[in-house]
Amino acid sequence: MADDNMDGRGPAVDRRGALECMIWAGTGVLWTLSGGVPKSLGLVGEAFAADAKGFTFLQISDSHVGFDKPANPNALGTLKEAIAKVKAMPAQPSFMIHTGDITHLSKPAEFDNAEQVIGEAKLPVHYVPGEHDIVDEDRGKAYLERYGKGSKGAGWYSFDDGGVHFIGLVNVVDLKGGGLGNLGAEQLAWLEDDLRGKSDSTPVVVFAHIPLWIVYPQWGWGTEDGMRALELLKRFGSVTVLNGHIHQLIQKVEGNVTFHTAMSTAFPQPAPGSAPSPGPMLVPAEKLRSVLGLSSVTVKQGQKPLAIVDTTLA
Amino acid sequence: MIELNRLGATRAFTRRVFLVFALTVCTVSSVSAQGVATINIDNFTFEPAELTVTVGTTVTWQNRDDIPHSVVEKNKVFRSKALDTDESFSFTFRQAGIYDYFCGLHPHMVGKIIVKP
Repeated sequence: MADDNMDGRGPAVDRRGALECMIWAGTGVLWTLSGGVPKSLGLVGEAFAADAKGFTFLQISDSHVGFDKPANPNALGTLKEAIAKVKAMPAQPSFMIHTGDITHLSKPAEFDNAEQVIGEAKLPVHYVPGEHDIVDEDRGKAYLERYGKGSKGAGWYSFDDGGVHFIGLVNVVDLKGGGLGNLGAEQLAWLEDDLRGKSDSTPVVVFAHIPLWIVYPQWGWGTEDGMRALELLKRFGSVTVLNGHIHQLIQKVEGNVTFHTAMSTAFPQPAPGSAPSPGPMLVPAEKLRSVLGLSSVTVKQGQKPLAIVDTTLA
Repeated sequence: MIELNRLGATRAFTRRVFLVFALTVCTVSSVSAQGVATINIDNFTFEPAELTVTVGTTVTWQNRDDIPHSVVEKNKVFRSKALDTDESFSFTFRQAGIYDYFCGLHPHMVGKIIVKP
């Protein structure tokens, strides 16, 4: 599709561009590293994803296990379908990243069901929590007990794989009235420390639930102090930011930073400002899957344009 | 009064209408022996967003959205659990004052309760 407004020069995806780059409920996005630069190969199920060579990883998001409202009465079922597609991939990715809202209401049974289904992929999974994962009575204890091993604070951490430095951030804790997502001073100090000594040429992948950049503040789609994290990452030649939360695909490039939000495996949400509220979007049942889309993205360093090709799976 | 609230749950309400609405609730709650008021949570908004009640009034927040919300007072005076669809949370105001609150999951959702002696 046209990528005239996604060429890395503009400050943000404009409204028309945003709409064009969105696809409803999806499965996962496969990433590979080409010359140290993460490159999206498209959605799982896309034929040429099988051609992925070398280091690849997968992003899934917003499973909302436990959600049973009209927008998708069986969110666990669609998660199963997504995982089945992962299992069917001829070349298995190295691991998965789950960018939060694993569950709908942080209930033990929801966590159990999610773990059982996602575990069927038999891949290591790196999680960050969404706001729906920390609404248990102890506000996040259930999540941390399951997924917080080796993490700091509310569950942030970093690791290295395939020559890339991966950073999982938590921006759903300690939210302030009237505000957006929040990283907080402690996490930002940790990030600064974590990046110290890393060479500028190290490719960095940052993942968090709520978009780190301001997508649409009227709906709370952004992170209050996300810019402070991006400041710390400015010196790196290749930075890829992977988020969820908004249940639709939006991509943009700004300088050396590629931003990408994943689709949900559970239900779609409306395009920014296109509905009275960001609530689950009801599409005809037969459309929920048939409008699954795929997008392949080639990311180049510097000011070169971002090439986006979107095609429906139907 | 709940019925009244439902009727009033029009998204296009202007601030002025909210005010009139809040006054109506105030009038009703002041004559009611029980002192109750209801706030609907719908379309990611608290309706009415601003409500004036008298001390002793029990306010009930009713989630009518198909996504969970919570009710968190800015200074931790009250905090609900995550309310799933059709779940509610009540709090009885014993002290006069202004209570600013928001949704703990979607903090761009804000509301205010003005409690008069």
